[in-house]
Formats: sequence, structure tokens, C-alpha cells
Amino acid sequence: MIKIEVNNRTVEAEPGEMILTALRRAGINVPTLCHMENLFPSGACRMCVVEVEGQRSLVPSCAFPVADGMKIQTHSARVVRARKTIVELLLANHPDDCLYCVRNKNCELQELSSELGVVQRHYTGEKNDYKQDISSPSIVRDPSKCILCGRCVRVCEEVQGVAAIDFAHRGSKSCVETAFGEGLNVSSCVNCGQCIAVCPTGALTERSHIQMVVDALNNPDLYCVVQHAPSVSVTLAEEFGMKPGTDVDGIMVTALRQLGFKKVFDTSFSADLTIMEEASELVHRIQTGGKIPMMTSCSPGWIKFVETFYPDFIENLSTCKSPQQMMGAVIKHYFAQKEGIDPAKIFSVSIMPCTAKKFECGRQEMIHDGVADVDAVLTTRELARFIRQRGVDINALSPDTADTPFGHRSTAGKIFGASGGVMEAALRTAYWMITGKDMEDPKIQDVRGMKGVKEIHLNIGGLELGFAVASGLGNARRLLEEIRNGRSDIHFIEIMTCPGGCIAGGGQPLGANQQAIRARMQKLYTIDRDEKVKFSHHNEDILRIYKDFLEKPLGHKSHHLLHTHYSSRDKVIR
Amino acid sequence: MADWKCCDKCWHSPERPCPDLVECLTAGPVCHDDSSCRERIAARTSDRRRENPVRPIIFIGAGTCGLGAGAGKSLVRIRQYIEKNQLDTDVIEVGCIGMCIAEPMVDVQLPGKTRVSFHGITEDKVDSLLDSVFSGEIPSEDVLGQFRSDTLASWPGVPYLDEHPFMRNQTRWVLANCGIINPTDIWEYIARGGYRALAKSLGKITPQELCDMVIKSGLRGRGGGGFPTGRKWKFALDTPGDQKYYICNADEGDPGAFMDRAVIEGDPYRLLEGLAIGSYAIGASKAYVYIRAEYPLAIKHLEEAIEEAKALGLLGENILDSGFNLEIVIKQGAGAFVCGEETALIHSIEGKRGMPRPRPPYPAVRGLFDKPTVINNVETLANVPDIVANGAEWFSGVGTETSKGTKVFALSGKVARTGLVEVAMGTPLRQIIFDIGGGIANGKAFKAVQIGGPSGGCIPTPHLDILIDYESLKTVGAMMGSGGLVVMDEDNCMVDVAKFFMDFIQRESCGKCIPCREGTKRMLDILKRITRGRGSESKEEALERFQGMMYLTRLAGVIQDTSLCGLGQTAPNPVLSTLRWFRDEYEAHVYERKCPAGACTELLGYRIDTDKCKGCTLCAKKCPVDAIMGSPKSPHYINPDRCIACGTCADVCRFDAVITE
Repeated sequence: MIKIEVNNRTVEAEPGEMILTALRRAGINVPTLCHMENLFPSGACRMCVVEVEGQRSLVPSCAFPVADGMKIQTHSARVVRARKTIVELLLANHPDDCLYCVRNKNCELQELSSELGVVQRHYTGEKNDYKQDISSPSIVRDPSKCILCGRCVRVCEEVQGVAAIDFAHRGSKSCVETAFGEGLNVSSCVNCGQCIAVCPTGALTERSHIQMVVDALNNPDLYCVVQHAPSVSVTLAEEFGMKPGTDVDGIMVTALRQLGFKKVFDTSFSADLTIMEEASELVHRIQTGGKIPMMTSCSPGWIKFVETFYPDFIENLSTCKSPQQMMGAVIKHYFAQKEGIDPAKIFSVSIMPCTAKKFECGRQEMIHDGVADVDAVLTTRELARFIRQRGVDINALSPDTADTPFGHRSTAGKIFGASGGVMEAALRTAYWMITGKDMEDPKIQDVRGMKGVKEIHLNIGGLELGFAVASGLGNARRLLEEIRNGRSDIHFIEIMTCPGGCIAGGGQPLGANQQAIRARMQKLYTIDRDEKVKFSHHNEDILRIYKDFLEKPLGHKSHHLLHTHYSSRDKVIR
Repeated sequence: MADWKCCDKCWHSPERPCPDLVECLTAGPVCHDDSSCRERIAARTSDRRRENPVRPIIFIGAGTCGLGAGAGKSLVRIRQYIEKNQLDTDVIEVGCIGMCIAEPMVDVQLPGKTRVSFHGITEDKVDSLLDSVFSGEIPSEDVLGQFRSDTLASWPGVPYLDEHPFMRNQTRWVLANCGIINPTDIWEYIARGGYRALAKSLGKITPQELCDMVIKSGLRGRGGGGFPTGRKWKFALDTPGDQKYYICNADEGDPGAFMDRAVIEGDPYRLLEGLAIGSYAIGASKAYVYIRAEYPLAIKHLEEAIEEAKALGLLGENILDSGFNLEIVIKQGAGAFVCGEETALIHSIEGKRGMPRPRPPYPAVRGLFDKPTVINNVETLANVPDIVANGAEWFSGVGTETSKGTKVFALSGKVARTGLVEVAMGTPLRQIIFDIGGGIANGKAFKAVQIGGPSGGCIPTPHLDILIDYESLKTVGAMMGSGGLVVMDEDNCMVDVAKFFMDFIQRESCGKCIPCREGTKRMLDILKRITRGRGSESKEEALERFQGMMYLTRLAGVIQDTSLCGLGQTAPNPVLSTLRWFRDEYEAHVYERKCPAGACTELLGYRIDTDKCKGCTLCAKKCPVDAIMGSPKSPHYINPDRCIACGTCADVCRFDAVITE
């Protein structure tokens, strides 16, 4: 440890670390706009500048290493004037339409402006005027609101390895664009929404389905049902000011009923269904010499990623639809039949942590005879907005349980929400399918946690099998490259598009740091620890649906309703 | 047998190199003694040094600047002339000697006589010039001067070129060969002592000693920053690394600067030799020349020079049997000004968008592909061979306390003799402008000189005696920069000049950091407002004009203080420096709404001279805003409140009755 002097007070710092890290540890808040946890500093926004004795100019604390005895001023008049001027400059080229912005009251630029006491327009002039890009089924880009902090560009390229967007043009005409300035829909974008999660302003938002849902609820001819994804119950609370990792499962069910949905189903049920199908497929592939390693197919961003960048791995993908689509299919075919409702009259909504789900539900493979498995997708954020719009006081609700026949779940289905969860759930059931016994300890610690790539080798029923879990497409890319280069010890791979899994999805509450994501993940595992039914194949509703309708995993009906196919895509469509 | 071999005893080849090659090629042979070999080598050297040509030689300045002035057409005409008259004559295309004003330039050297330079030899003048010279007459109106020679007879009554006022006060080291040698013939360079420094370095000097020598010489970066070159080398040398890179920055982008282009077009070998020595000094086995794609001729010459050097074994594997390998790659820049900034340049070579990154880590520690990298500009590297050949003391013997050697400037603007000049550090600015440049053209009064391009500043008359020196220029708010020197006279409006540079910068900012991207745009907005016409301004806009002026220096200060790279940190300089020396001009624009130099057209006022006006009504009919009143056949009047200063009335008046002021 070395000592530095900050605002005339001694602070300890690690040699080689950046000033900003030392300041944050010491509880000194320096604003940032371009800084991203765990990534190399880019030094673009200059908000974090501090005065360092002996330096001619102000230095960016995010990118300047500490030195023993360094004397720093973080809030001197010179520093504050600089920060304030920078915010004023951003505002001078900003639409200034906060009252009409989806990020109103949840905007980093707005917060900074308020913190720094910007109350006057000192700099005025021409503003850049760009068209919105509404071409994507998942993401809306409004470059006029973009402050070019570069976080979206970096997350897309450095974390996700997709690089659908980058800086284009020069000087004051610089902006973030897709290749050739075309729409996101014809770019290599996989719709993951991580760009939205890091955007400080309203430049990137989800393509909202709220109005579509409101219209459906108001339509007396439609029978509206809703499903909610495993991770949503542990993140929704943050939208209402509760601390990360709070589970509001039952309250959410009540809220959804109050919003007008006739049935509330739990996607964790169809996650169990996915496991039955996927574990069967895995066992089948291993026993019959099928394409190995098999790769999960729950995460629609990952699917598009493979189709776009690694089409040679399409055969490795499990043919199982994702839990959202499986639920959609059984609602419109099994539930409709059972209840005597015309499937075309059912409006099926899903609450997802994900923006790519909006894309997935519109895929041609997911629509049969004009009837889509799922009709609309609301992200966690949209659900919170919808709840507020409808005047539902979440604090006044008592919890309730989801509806039959898709209301019961095992905890295996619930942990789908965290990276490694699908793997753990699948292994529990695959073990049972191969050995005929349940695992003694269903907890598989090696596939849990926030690490980008996790691996485990197990002997199941005499078979030496390798399993890998990756989250974040950049990590997936590295793993795929290893396999392309001949690695053959892995039999099953779980990939989640977003780093950490669905709990950190592109549709989740904004502003979550690593600590918050860990808390969300921890909650899912606490549920797994505390509840009794830990195996998908022990879920009674699952047993019933196979008995009454589907007959057996990988059977004829399953094949028709629960499985799908993929095809390669161009990176950029021109 | 390869053409460099004197006889079969010479065994050198790039595959089996001989350490004595360079010595052998000029004063050899070294490995054996044979008088006929010796004669053959001496004859080649003498031929390339033009010491005693057997045939007449016609040289034509065919650099980009010469070609722009019509040298291409002159060259065609020269060839036609030779064919028509069936002359046994060599024609050599040389680079630029630096006298832009004298282009197209043609030199003629007759056997036994000295070489004579002629100026302004356009296509139509070729025949008469060559008629005269070949008949032994030197047309005095076309002559610039003759070269000095120990071996050749001089032309009586013809002045010497080095006594020409443009040349007299120059110290031409970097430009020594420019416009003189054939830039596509490596033998000319070698015959004039080229590649001796490299041979000396590889044979006898350790990288450590080379770094120390360059530190001792006092050489500083000529690209703008002025960082001591040897220290940069030493950082890279001392940083461990399996691979190191050397980059030559030839992305010359300052408006009005063309030093690097001239050096590469006219003498690419000097740069390559400097690059090889530098690479050896830091232990780099791969070097890049990052050159802007808008310099096709320079790129062509450089490519050819690399091939020539490779063929001789002066580049490639095991150069001169020293164990030192060097590959040189030319990387063409796509025309972004910011790619002159070293980290942006590195990103560009790596195939990324050219945007700077924070330093530290400095490129010498973590540069191209994360390896230790030294980046030097063309002129810096072109100084290296002479330092090694002549020693650090020789170099540091010229210059001031903190600035050693020479500096090349691109002298342009309102000066009588524009061109490329190289002067010793410590030369007074006044001497460059008034002696070398010949003062202001057309008898106008000098106002200021802009030095250092968009990062630099203006120097007004009271400081003209300042010496060319990195530190002293800073004291007057300017900087050495890369060497642009734009002279301005009384017709230049300093607000307009500042506006020009701000416009340049806000278009060329990479867009990464907020103060530079947004701040320069707002500074330009402020300048635009104060130069905007009275008629087109609303009350709110007038308020914004004053408000802008109030915040101009504060904004400039924040941009300097917070920008990410040198481009942004120095972007406000043109405004701050003009504000410092020409505040009265700003005030006239803001308060009186007048442009004293008459350059800001929207601020011009129009008035009708009642004595001259015949009342033809034409102006009143053409005025787009009905600002002109008056009855036919009586003098008219312009209502200043309505006038938008479009100038139509002045254009249409047949009696010169409309006065602008």
C-alpha cells in the first residue's frame, strides 16, 4: 500500500491502480460517464478529471495511475468548473426533452446536471439532429440523445464480441452507427440489449410492447395470458426502490392479475419442460453418436450470434425452443384445447429480462399458420412502468401463486435465470435419465458464479463427460474458437448471451453494478436451497403434461411444438 | 553479375551480406585490390555526383508542387525538344528544392560546366530556354543561379544559387539533397555519402551508444511536441519486449504544411536510413511509415526506395552482416488529421478507428499491438543520418540552448517568396519572413505570422525578432509545431483566421472526448456569431453573441485543461493567441460590428456616394430587401437597418457609387 493525499487527507492506495479506484474505495465520489467496470479505461468523457499537483492539465482519474505521495484535489474550483462545462456542452447538443424521455428521472446526464448545479444555458447553437432507428424488433436508437460515451460500442465489441455498432464520422458530426449507417435490423446486432443496460441516457431503449399489451387487454375478444421468466421476480423489486436480490414472485403474480391478465403462468415451468426435452436430447446425442458438443438454445441473442458468426455450429445447437416459446406453444395448443378457447383469440404475453425475446417471438419459425407462440414481450423495466401507469401499489399487494396448469415449477427451472443454471438443471435430469437415480447432492458449485467461462468434468454412469458454461458472447466466442481448433473433451455447453445470465439481461432494471448482479444471482440459489422440488423431472405439472398431452420427451408432439430449427445469416444485409 | 559488383570477387548479396558494402560502393573495393575495379567504382560515384558529365543533363523539379505548377507539361515539351533536335541528353526528374514561387524549375548542366537553375519554365518557355542554353547563352531573365563546383567551369556573370536571397540564410541539412538528386536512384544518395551512417551504426556503435549520442545531440521531435528524440529511444530500448516497432509519422496534416512530403519526394533514402538507424537503436525489427494517401508521389518514391535498399541488402535480413533485421511497411492513412497523434496513429495501423487513448502508458512502453514502439516524424528521422555521420557535437553546434540543429518551415501566405526553407534554430523570425521570404507581397503591411498550424498561434509585429526556438515561441503563445508558417497582411482579419482554424479543428476532432468534440464546435459557433451580419441577426441572437464572447475564454480554458489528446489540448490556441494580440479586432466585430480588415463580408457596410450616384435606380431594383431608397435621377440612399450586406448594389452599380466600408 502507498499513501496519496486527496483533498488534504491521506488515503491509501494500491501501487499501479488508477486514481479513481483509490478514490472510490475511500468513499470520494467522482462522476464518470464513460467508465465501465472491468474494462480498460477509455478516457473519453473527461468527467472524472482531478487536479494532480505537478501536472499541467487536469488528469482523468480513471486512466491515471496513483504514485506515492501524489497530491490530488477532486473538487477544486478548477475541477468543478471543468466538469460543469463538460455537462453544459453535452446539454447544448442534447434535445432537452426530458419530460418526453423514457429515461426521465433515471438518466445519468440529468443527474450530473443537477449535481453540478447547471441552471443556465451558457452555450447555445446548432444541435445535431438525427433520425431514430426503429428498425430493430428489440432496440430503439435515438442518436440525438447520444452523448458518445462509447459504453454501448465497447460492450458490443469488447464484452459481446458482436461489434454491430461503432463510431462513425468525425468531429462534431461523430455519432454511433451501424455498418453503412443502415438500420439495426440489417446489422449483426443480436438484440441482447446490453447496450441499453449501459447507456447513460435515452439514446438506447427497448422497443416497447406496452401499448400493444394495453390494446389487447382492452379488447374484449381476446383472452390475455401472461408468463414471467425465472429471473424477473428477483429483479423487479429494484424498479420500486427495493434492494437488489429481493424476490417478489407472489406479489408480481398479484400485480399481473390486477393488470388484467386472465392467467398468470410461470416460465420456470416451461424451463422444466425444456430440461426434460434438452436432457433427453443430450442423452440421445451421447448414446447415438449425435453432434457433440450440444449447445443450449434458451438465449435468443446467442442463437442469432451462432447463425450470424458461427453457422458451422448450427448443428450443435439443441433443437429445443426456449422456455418462453415452449410456454407459448403449450398455451396456444394444450391450454387452449383444454379450456376450449380458439388459439387465435389468445393473446400471450411474456415478461422477460431480455430484449432479444422480442425478436425471438417474431421469428418465422415461432409462428404457425399465422398464430405466434408468443404475441408480446415486456421487459422487466416495461412491466414496472406498466404497473406504475396502472396505479398498482406494489407495496399494498399480497402474494399469490401462479395458475395451473403451468404454475408449478421445480427450483431447477428457477435457476435458469443465472449463468450455469440451465447446465445445473440439465445435469440433474440427465443424471437421472442415464443412471435412473437422482444425484445425492443436486448442487453443482463449479457451474455457479460470475466467472465468464466455467467448466466441469463428471463421470455419469460410467461416461466421462465434460461440461462448459459461458456467459457473455465474447466468452462464448473464445470457447467456440477452442472447439473449432479441435478441443473435444466437452459434451455439453450452456451459453447465456448476457454476462452473468438472465439476471443481468438487457431488459433488467438499469444501473446494476457487479454487486447487484451477484445479489440477484444469490437469491435464485437461495430459492434452490430452500425449496423442496429441485428436479425438473419431479415437477408434478410436468409429469401431468406428458401424461395428458405430450406423451414423452422427444415424442411426436414435442417435436412439432417444442423443437425448432435454425439457419445461417449474413452479418450485414445490404 | 549484379550491377553493383565491380568484378566477380565481390561476393556481397542480400543473402550473404558484406559488412563493408557501403565503403566498397563509394571508395572500394575493400576486399581486394584491383585498379580497374577502383576506377569503375570511382567513375560511378563521379557520374552520380555529376562531377564531370559527358552529356548535357536537364533536371526538372517534378515534385507534387512542381507538377501542380505545370512541370508535367514542361517535361513533355523538353522531351519533344530533345527528340526534334536529336540531342544526346539525359532528363532527370528531381524533387522540390523548396522555391514554390519559382516553379516550374528547370536546371541544365552542360558538359564541363556548372549546373544552372531557371525559374518559371512553363511549357511555352521550354524551347526558347533550351535554344539559348544549348547555344551557350544564359537568359538572365529566367536564371535563378548556378551551382558551385570544384571541378566544373562556372558560367561567367551568372550569380550563384546559394547567394540567392532565398537560399543565402538557410542551413540546408535535411533538405540537402532535395531538388538536387534523382529521388529514384539510390546510387545518387550513396555517392553523396548516403548509408555511411547506417554502416557506421551497425558496425561500431551499440544501441545504447546511439541513444546516448542522439540525447547528446539535443535533437527534439520535429512533429510538434518537441520531445527529446534520444530519450524516447532510450525508453523503448530499456523496455523489455520480444518485439518492438518503429513508426515514422508521415501523416502531415496541418493546413499549409508540406515539409514531409517534400523530403520524401525529393530524398526518400535519407528517411529510410534514419528509420533503419532508429530501429537498430531501439531493437525494432519492423518499422511502419504511416503516410497520408493524398501523397501518391511520395508513396511511390518511398516504395521504390525500399525496393532499391532491399536489393542492395540495406534493408531486410542480416543487414550488412550485423545480425540486424528490418522490414519496412508503408501504411497509408485515410486522411484523418487526428491520426498524426501517436496513439490514434497506432490504432489506425492496428486497423481500428483512429482515436487517441489516454497516456500513460506511453507508446515506448506499450504501443503498436501493445509492444514498445517509438514514433518519430519524418523530419526528425531525416536528421539522424547526419548526426551519426558527423557526431553529436557537430549537430549541437548549431542552434540555441534548448533547440539544436535546424528546422524546416513551409513558408506560405502573403509573403513574396513562398517556399520550403530550412534554417538554423535561433534564426530570428523576421529574417525568415523578410530576408528569405522577401517580405509582404504587393507592398501591403505585415500583420502577423501564424506558426504551428491549428495547434499554434499568431505572432504579431512587436515579437518578430523572436528566435526560432521551442521555448521562446511558447512565451508568445505560439509553438514550433510541425513547421507551418503562414504570413498574414493587413487584409487578413484575425477573427476570420481564428474561425478558419476552429472550423478545421471541429471537423477534424476524432469525436472521442467531450470537450474537444462539443467545445470546439461551440467556440466556432461563437466566432460565427460575431462575424455574422447585422441584418440577419435577431435580438436573441445578439444576446447570444455577447454571451458567447463572455464565455469564450472560459470555454477555451476548459478545452485546454481537459481534452484527451494534444489536438484538443491545443485546439483553442488560435483563438487565444489572436485574442491576446488582436483583441481590438474582436472588439470591433462584437461592439462596432465592423471588420477592420474588411475580410468578414457580412460585416461590411454599404453607402452610396451621392456625388457619383446618377439615380439610375438599378441598385434599388436589385436590392433583395428593399433597403435602397431614392427617386429616379437623384442620389439614392441605403437604409443601414434594412441592409443585409449582400453586396448586390455594389456589384450592379455602373458608376462605382457604392462604397464598402
